[in-house]
Amino acid sequence: MATVKFDNSTRIYPGNDTPSVDKLNIDIADGEFLVLVGPSGSGKSTALRMLAGLEEVNGGKIWIGDRDVTDLSPKDRDVAMVFQNYALYPHMTVADNMGFALKIAGVDKGEIRKRVEDAAKILDLTAYLQRKPKALSGGQRQRVAMGRAIVRSPQVFLMDEPLSNLDAKLRVQTRTQIASLQRRLGVTTVYVTHDQVEAMTMGDRIALLNFGVLQQIATPREMYDRPANLFVAGFIGSPAMNLVAVPVTASGVKFGNHVLEIPRSELAGAGSQVIVGVRPEDVEVTSNNDGLEIIVDVVEELGADAYVYGTPSDPSITLEGAGDDALGKPFIARVDGRRVPAKGEKIYVYPNPDHIHVFNKETGERLG
Amino acid sequence: MALEITTSAPDAALLDLPWHIPLAEWPDDLLAALPRGISRHVVRFVRLSGRVVAVKEIKADIARREYQLLRNLRRLELPCVEPYAVVAGRESATGEPLDACLITVHLPFSLPYRALFSQSLRKGTAIRLIDALAVLLVRLHLDGFWWGDVSLSNTLFRRDAGAFAAYLVDAETGELHAGLSRGQREHDLDIARVNIAGELMDLEAGGLLQEERDPIEVSERIVERYHALWEALTGPERVAAGERWRVDERIRRLNRLGFDVDELTMTTDIDGTTVTIAPKVVDSGHHSRRLLRLTGLDVRENQARRLLNDLDSYRAATDRGADDEELVAHDWVEQIYAPFVRSIPAPLRAKLEPAQLFHELLEHRWYLAERAQHDIPIGEAWADYLAKILPTKPDERAVVGTDTVEMPVLALPDA
Repeated sequence: MATVKFDNSTRIYPGNDTPSVDKLNIDIADGEFLVLVGPSGSGKSTALRMLAGLEEVNGGKIWIGDRDVTDLSPKDRDVAMVFQNYALYPHMTVADNMGFALKIAGVDKGEIRKRVEDAAKILDLTAYLQRKPKALSGGQRQRVAMGRAIVRSPQVFLMDEPLSNLDAKLRVQTRTQIASLQRRLGVTTVYVTHDQVEAMTMGDRIALLNFGVLQQIATPREMYDRPANLFVAGFIGSPAMNLVAVPVTASGVKFGNHVLEIPRSELAGAGSQVIVGVRPEDVEVTSNNDGLEIIVDVVEELGADAYVYGTPSDPSITLEGAGDDALGKPFIARVDGRRVPAKGEKIYVYPNPDHIHVFNKETGERLG
Repeated sequence: MALEITTSAPDAALLDLPWHIPLAEWPDDLLAALPRGISRHVVRFVRLSGRVVAVKEIKADIARREYQLLRNLRRLELPCVEPYAVVAGRESATGEPLDACLITVHLPFSLPYRALFSQSLRKGTAIRLIDALAVLLVRLHLDGFWWGDVSLSNTLFRRDAGAFAAYLVDAETGELHAGLSRGQREHDLDIARVNIAGELMDLEAGGLLQEERDPIEVSERIVERYHALWEALTGPERVAAGERWRVDERIRRLNRLGFDVDELTMTTDIDGTTVTIAPKVVDSGHHSRRLLRLTGLDVRENQARRLLNDLDSYRAATDRGADDEELVAHDWVEQIYAPFVRSIPAPLRAKLEPAQLFHELLEHRWYLAERAQHDIPIGEAWADYLAKILPTKPDERAVVGTDTVEMPVLALPDA
């Protein structure tokens, strides 16, 4: 059991001018499940490896509990790097498969037995401890492998994209298993993924990185409801938030011909244009000439709902995106599945005023 | 969906394999060996145009990544299996999508560690395998490759005179970096130690470990051997300015370990009384390169050492110390080695490679001579070896098999 602290932790690879992880500050609570998420090259895996002791730390410190581990070797940190590959040994019993690494670490027999039995209880394997892996079902074998990590009872579990090998269905299943197991064990866990859905569903909190810089650290709900900047707004949520550059007016901003009232104080210093963000489910759609005019390109029917993908009629209106795919990014609105517009139809959209996000166009920071 | 085949050496026979059937259900008549034991992925050995290939069923992106990684390792001349193809876009007869397959060429005369342990073993085999794996790991690390799943079962072994040479078989977890940190290297070593101990304990539990050796003790040897070799290859050394010969001595020491020094840094201290030398770039294969240059024979490091020794004896025995080395080597090949290779009976060629046989022959001659207390002519030793020893050896050209437990799921926590 331990807290983890990244304290201005910095990693610069030899020959690089810019840090791969730049002055990272994160406090992880004891027993917390923290997800490091970001696109490739964001520094999330590097940050995890710094914590594991696999990457040098060029600046700042890393703490586990009250120990400064910055310069400790991986095996002296009491962390378990949970990696994707493991083997089950056919001639050894389930108990030995779970406990043999402890034997190597010099743990005495009685203690090994106790830890294996405890882990077996959590994993529902008690009845199988004396069997060989061959006699187990696929799911039971998986749990034996999890047991191998659990019996080490490390202070921190580290997982680097552990689900990347799985197909979509198994991924969802295993995701739930890992999350519930972590909650039962209560061991502090740092989990790296590039998949924001995985991050949202698993983490107590999410730390989103981009280009080595922490963008926001928050609970999934907060991250979704109050993204700190344009990058977070575009990254979290699927389908992604619509981000539209609009002019600032005397009483607020103008979204097409729809005026959104926004207190002056919030827009102070923002310039003549701001970016307005609206999630697909918060888009109001009308056929009266009120809002931004959109031509419907595609309708994706999901039964109860449907997603409408469209393009603004006014070609000077551009939609901002988080990644490289900003070009040709559609405007997306969720509509009632029983009242969907037709392809090619003109619709008018504006944000639900209770769920509107406004960002500074220059800095990308959230306003208000 | 259409099959999508990526390969460096297209072979139409690849299209004849039943890609629409899950690999686990491929008919026995296609297989070069029946599946044995259990492994993480479904792996099958299949005959393809006269050779044996290993087919592994995994997700397409992982298959492609491993294929590329293996190609890069080959380009760096690191010992690993040869990637052959990735077959993606597979579909069952009913249109269900199937995982992709990564195909690698089976390394002839290579042996999985389990096969080695199931033969009646010479004493110390476990130790020699660990030593070979330590050399492989050092070589991979020197070139910036982090393996991530170092184990005996992810390695194949080839006989190399009295020792073994190790080859990487599974690069799925690997990463190629510009260089590795100490932490990354230590992590790999730690994984190696745990995996090796587990593998040996498993052999012990199965009654397959004949030697009375503690698996944990044996597994610790990987750490010792690795550190000793790493230090010898990369460690800086201070010598007094007047002792320049120590620089040559260092290079010769590395040569003896089988490495050439490509680049060496020398720094003097401020008053010039001491020099610090540190090898910057080292290349393995010192003896095999030398033999290749002299004779055109391409064999493994310790086999080359053995052949070079025999070449030296030949030179002394024929009193040609003053002659050009290349000329003597040419004559040695003509008069000794080539006739020997030609004399290997065809049915015995699948047992061992010629260079390994030559090593065995020299060993055998030595035993005979010791017993007789006088020199034995090579022809006589060869006749005796052919009659008594070689027929008892198993065929080792295509020993295949898989090792661990077949798991339906690949990604889970591990210690």
